[in-house]
Amino acid sequence: MAAATDHQPLLNVANLQVRYGSIMAVKDISFCVTAGELVCLIGANGAGKTSTLKALARMIPAGGEIHYAGQRIDGLPAYALISQGLALVPEGRGVFSRLTVAENLAMGAYHRHRPDERAAVQEDEARMYVLFPRLAERRRQLAGTLSGGEQQMLAIGRALMGKPQLLLLDEPSMGLAPLLVQTVFDAIRSVAQSGVTILLVEQNARLALTVCSRGYVMESGAITLTDSAENLLADPRVRAAYLGE
Amino acid sequence: MSAGMNNARMPRNVQLALAVIALAVLPFMVSAGLGNTWLRVLDFALLYVMLALGLNIVVGFAGLLDLGYIAFYAVGAYVYALLASPHFGLHWPVWAILPLGALAACGFGVVLGAPTLRLRGDYLAIVTLGFGEIVRIFMNNLNAPVNITNGPKGIASIDPIQVGGHALAQPLEIFGVTVPALVLTYYFFLALALLVMLAGLRLQNSRIGRAWAAIREDEMAAKACGINTRNIKLLAFAMGASFGGLAGGLFASFQEFVSPESFSLMESIMVLCMVVLGGMGHIPGVILGALVLTVLPEAFRHGAGPVQQAVFGQVLVDPENLRMLLFGLALVAVMLYRPSGLWPDPRHRQEFNSR
Repeated sequence: MAAATDHQPLLNVANLQVRYGSIMAVKDISFCVTAGELVCLIGANGAGKTSTLKALARMIPAGGEIHYAGQRIDGLPAYALISQGLALVPEGRGVFSRLTVAENLAMGAYHRHRPDERAAVQEDEARMYVLFPRLAERRRQLAGTLSGGEQQMLAIGRALMGKPQLLLLDEPSMGLAPLLVQTVFDAIRSVAQSGVTILLVEQNARLALTVCSRGYVMESGAITLTDSAENLLADPRVRAAYLGE
Repeated sequence: MSAGMNNARMPRNVQLALAVIALAVLPFMVSAGLGNTWLRVLDFALLYVMLALGLNIVVGFAGLLDLGYIAFYAVGAYVYALLASPHFGLHWPVWAILPLGALAACGFGVVLGAPTLRLRGDYLAIVTLGFGEIVRIFMNNLNAPVNITNGPKGIASIDPIQVGGHALAQPLEIFGVTVPALVLTYYFFLALALLVMLAGLRLQNSRIGRAWAAIREDEMAAKACGINTRNIKLLAFAMGASFGGLAGGLFASFQEFVSPESFSLMESIMVLCMVVLGGMGHIPGVILGALVLTVLPEAFRHGAGPVQQAVFGQVLVDPENLRMLLFGLALVAVMLYRPSGLWPDPRHRQEFNSR
């Protein structure tokens, strides 16, 4: 295999398939994400977006090939991905409710446990409190007592504590009040600006396309459309199906 | 909060000294005030403390519901019985058998855990329940074609524990004071129970302990954080099992007799009740749960007859039946009024109240 070059995408997915019994949730899809990009995967409920993301994070069995940073990762166990630089923010946030905010963040750096990494981890924790001032106020509070928006911030912060190169974000707007959605998406944008590549899965197409540079549209398990965010926002098919116009 | 205030009033080492003195004189007070029957109950309570602390690692820390935990107790007990009794004519020293029993139980924990830990919740509970029964039934039937466990008759005349050349089943004379056998046993069990407790506390605050908590709260997120969930869960099973095996060895030597009927499903449920009623995942609560659930049924057993005699002039209901009835009522009352346990983890309460 050729060595990774700048022209090769950071994430390259080829013929990904996810099957639940006899149902094909993801049908042979292929796509890629280049380093530094903020790409979204939009589509309706049940289109297979979350299954795609879970398959990328190796949480569910899947067919096809996944190349990440020039290396095949579809044989790796899920827990090994974070040390490769690939982090998942799961659907429904998945914060550890009976751990405090600070402990949740520390769990994100679980694999960075060598004594010489301690200082860097502490620095990163402080950085999370700058990115999410709300979390700084609630540092000693149990994650289960936070509001939905704060939990989403915590879930993103926890994933960032693993020092990922690629962040997989699953429905960060789900169940949040409009004002909080804006805060969370501002944070996502600033994370992307800090150099982290992001693959964002979202039902809220308008919101996703305003922060992303490129998008893929998924429909019943297949990618039906792909273009720049600008063009997708203008596309009559997208406008009719996802933007309610 | 209250702990902090206590610290301000009394230095920590004074508190510790008082606790040591209280624990040291407790058996003498129990034996003088209530008699040797209760001293025996106290020794058993310490065994249950060890068992409950072991199960707490699996259920409380890692959140894996294990309904067959008593199997590990059985393995430890039978290892002791086989290696220190006339059954095989082996009389190994206690410092070799107790760790061996714990190790054997640990091995059984891994053997059970490896195939079943991909299951969760109810499914795991059913499989572990089955495993517990399988172990008991094996002990019951391994007397033919080769007699290993002596079947339902059990193994008798097991060697008592010897510490420094002195058998704990014999009273010991120190400086003219005779320390009864049950008190010696109490001290030995207490030392090991404290050891198990300290191990539990250290584990809870370790990297492994936090990984257990993460798995308990959200397994997928734990995986995403880089936790090898399968191995860490297996570790919880193995640790819990070894504590159970240790307690089992002590049980065999204390009773000087083991038989399969001591390891029924009811015992697994009792230990689980101790953990849940005390306060899952909270070590002081689990200890309290073990003490309460060992002492209360005994109190019912001994108290129900005389109380009926005094009130009604005759014994209307068999104390043995009444014991289970009152025990059930007590469980329902705790579930209604203290749903997160008698002495829950302060964290648990905080979350419960915020809902």
